[in-house]
Amino acid sequence: MTEQAVTAGRAARRRRLWRRFRRRPMPMAGLVLVVGFVLLALAGPLVTGDPAAQDYLATLAPPSPAHLMGTDDLGRDAFARIAHGAQVSLQAGVLSTLLAMAVGIPIGLVAGFYRRWLDPIVMRLVDVTLAFPFLVFAVGLAAIIGPSLKGVVLALGFSQLPAVIRITRGEVLAVREMDYVAAAVADGAGDGHIIFRYVLPNCASPLIVQATVAIPAAIIGESTLSFLGLGVQPPTASWGVMLTTAQQYLSDAPWLAIWPGLMIALATLGFNLLGDGLRDVLDPRSGR
Amino acid sequence: MILRIDNLVKHYGQVRAVDGLSLEIGQGEVLGLVGESGSGKSTVGKCVLRLTDPTAGTIELAGRDITRLSRRAMRPLRRDMHMVFQDPFSSLNPRFTIEQIVGEPLLRHKVADRRGASERVSAMLEKVGLRQEMRSRFPHELSGGQRQRVGLARALVLEPKLVVADEPVSALDVSVQASVLNLITDLQRDMGFSCLFITHDLSVVEFLADRIAVMYLGKIVESGPKAEIFAAPRHPYTQALLSAAPVADPVRQRERRRVVLGGDVPSPVDPPSGCRFHTRCPLAYDACRTDEPPLTDTRGNGHPAACHLITADRIPDAAAHR
Repeated sequence: MTEQAVTAGRAARRRRLWRRFRRRPMPMAGLVLVVGFVLLALAGPLVTGDPAAQDYLATLAPPSPAHLMGTDDLGRDAFARIAHGAQVSLQAGVLSTLLAMAVGIPIGLVAGFYRRWLDPIVMRLVDVTLAFPFLVFAVGLAAIIGPSLKGVVLALGFSQLPAVIRITRGEVLAVREMDYVAAAVADGAGDGHIIFRYVLPNCASPLIVQATVAIPAAIIGESTLSFLGLGVQPPTASWGVMLTTAQQYLSDAPWLAIWPGLMIALATLGFNLLGDGLRDVLDPRSGR
Repeated sequence: MILRIDNLVKHYGQVRAVDGLSLEIGQGEVLGLVGESGSGKSTVGKCVLRLTDPTAGTIELAGRDITRLSRRAMRPLRRDMHMVFQDPFSSLNPRFTIEQIVGEPLLRHKVADRRGASERVSAMLEKVGLRQEMRSRFPHELSGGQRQRVGLARALVLEPKLVVADEPVSALDVSVQASVLNLITDLQRDMGFSCLFITHDLSVVEFLADRIAVMYLGKIVESGPKAEIFAAPRHPYTQALLSAAPVADPVRQRERRRVVLGGDVPSPVDPPSGCRFHTRCPLAYDACRTDEPPLTDTRGNGHPAACHLITADRIPDAAAHR
């Protein structure tokens, strides 16, 4: 009975947040774009043809009913490649962010909670990480494990790590001063219990917002690395790889550059608008 | 003695929040610790609960020295004491339901399983006057007074020997203050716990306290039975505090002689030499600026005060000075 009641209380909170969110046009536009992007990534590859199927009779063909977005220099359907590229982008964005959160949140939690002796060490290490140029690191990683989606996810995850650690730690420093944490100590709670049941849940909002900032950054990062040949390798379809090809035919087949460029822009825009909206709803303190 | 504090010192860097404070609380006794903001009274409460580490001195809980116990060693002793916090908005975990908040001490000390805890939470909520449907609510759905009742329920659910109440009503609306104060009074009589009641408002402890200790800049300047303190305050600071509290009878209120203190509380970073109160005391003379008066029970009747002007046959009268 109580479990149900608890869930009811949470559901009420969610409904209220949703009502506040729904009223704003920009975050809703962001939500629509993000949902569209995720649908494209998940369902798109099921309905389009093989992104690697070549048709030498129709190379560099402009958009037509047969090829909605035209074809590239090898006669491959651009729409199929966009859909498969969305999958790569989604993977790179989500996996790298999950990786950064999985590693960064625990580090930020203990650094902030054990402020006296762990925090200085962790924060100096974070400073070192921040000083490391992202592209140099990505090149190094590609050289070691070979250019691949795995390398992209590792490089992007690593580059997000400092931000996640800093945000978590900052929140922990604020939350640990709250009276309810002192009350938990007085209740007889141990550190682990306090960290996971008191501190972490009250740090969640800014981290959710951070994820909506990190995912589009990672999507751009994946495209950048793939464009430079450090990420996903042809013939696998990726928006970055498509841009590399399109560059050579910019005057003959401009649509080849327009589609992936537009997709990157829309996906990024969608996540950013969604993130702004979530921040306003979840974390009213940090309004701009 | 449930609580014995001897010569407690707590410094935060340069700030000497508590600077040599001693007090005792007996079984079932309520001690009102009164002082202005910045006097260090909240720090005393935090030290007693070991929520902050004392710089020096000793704290004994039921005869056991807890001053230097590790956090782990403290944990079982926390069954015997708890705290009610001032701010009802930040003292309850926003992610917990009321049932979880009140049940937490039971579960942490493993005195009940989930089912048993649920029953004891019900009983406790009833005691503090909260309806059962509150148990599934979250703190933000409750009013300030209701939240403070939840804080009270959490503090009392283990039936502790000692409760530290740190300004438990000063953040509440005046209309709600009285009902929460009455509740604390009733629960104290009912359950018989000892209580360190911290407040800046003498009138709040007038009904509740058995004894009163007045604090100024990290030290106790006067302590004694409640009736004594209210009827015959000895320290000029206590006299000033009492004269600042309004009297309900307008005729008496008009006739009263007020002691108006000039200036602010000096900084605890660099407390005044001699008597700490001399910078604001209307009666201060040369010795007050150089020699610190000890807290002495001049008349031997359990009513010590720290003032040079108190002698066996004379009590200073701050109101007489104009």
